[in-house]
Amino acid sequence: MNEISITQILFVSTALFFIGMYGLFTRRNMITMLMAIELILNSVNINFVAFNKYLYPGKLDGVFFTIFVITIAAAEAAVAIAIIINLYRSHHSIDVDDASELKY
Amino acid sequence: MNASVIIFYLISAFILTAGILAVTTRKIFRSAIWLLFSLIGIAALYFWMQMEFIAAVQIIVYVGGIVVLIIFSIFLTQKSGDEMPKPLKSRTIFATLAVVFGFAFTYNLISEYGFTSLNAQPLEVKVSDIGTQMLSTTEHGFVLPFEVVSILLLAAMIGCIVIAIKVKQQEK
Repeated sequence: MNEISITQILFVSTALFFIGMYGLFTRRNMITMLMAIELILNSVNINFVAFNKYLYPGKLDGVFFTIFVITIAAAEAAVAIAIIINLYRSHHSIDVDDASELKY
Repeated sequence: MNASVIIFYLISAFILTAGILAVTTRKIFRSAIWLLFSLIGIAALYFWMQMEFIAAVQIIVYVGGIVVLIIFSIFLTQKSGDEMPKPLKSRTIFATLAVVFGFAFTYNLISEYGFTSLNAQPLEVKVSDIGTQMLSTTEHGFVLPFEVVSILLLAAMIGCIVIAIKVKQQEK
């Protein structure tokens, strides 16, 4: 346990964040974009937990932030999927390029 | 190299491999399954950091809730056997460049910051402490965010029902 420094954990979370960014840039399907956002939120959670454990071991603030982020991510996923299903009913497609009425 | 270091490397490799496959595979259902494995790996990382409560919350909410929701919506909206169209080549190249440079920049900042305490202290997170601090109304309590989040969840639930409800056709 003592030989892993916080920098290595931050390497993992940074890599996961940018993997999520790559997914968000390249995918055009709304469900897969939502999955990429979930990866990004999870990398943030790893950061909070690692900072709490390594830098502020006497406190619990990182744990609380992680719990709240997980809660808000659940609410966000539910609302996003409701919007996706509603869009599918009206457009018969969940590609972001097909939903461009508000763009111009 | 003792056992916990090796376990950390294994968990990290598992998380990153599953994450990369989740954003690059072209069958949408496989993408959801790789996301599931990545989230399980993150729960394992929380177990490795001795945050058992967070790991349990991660498994319950993400693996048991959000991924199942995503899989249901895939079945409602997609033909899950079909391959998705390939992303444009220029978009792939620019996304890769942006991601690689962003990662190099951020990791350079992190590695040169010099954190004061580089090694983990033993940290005992008791669930009773979490519960007490979550609901205490004193200076370091979290009762106000707790209530705000409960209102947010209620609003999200009602909003989902309102958005996804089927409008009845007008009868003549």
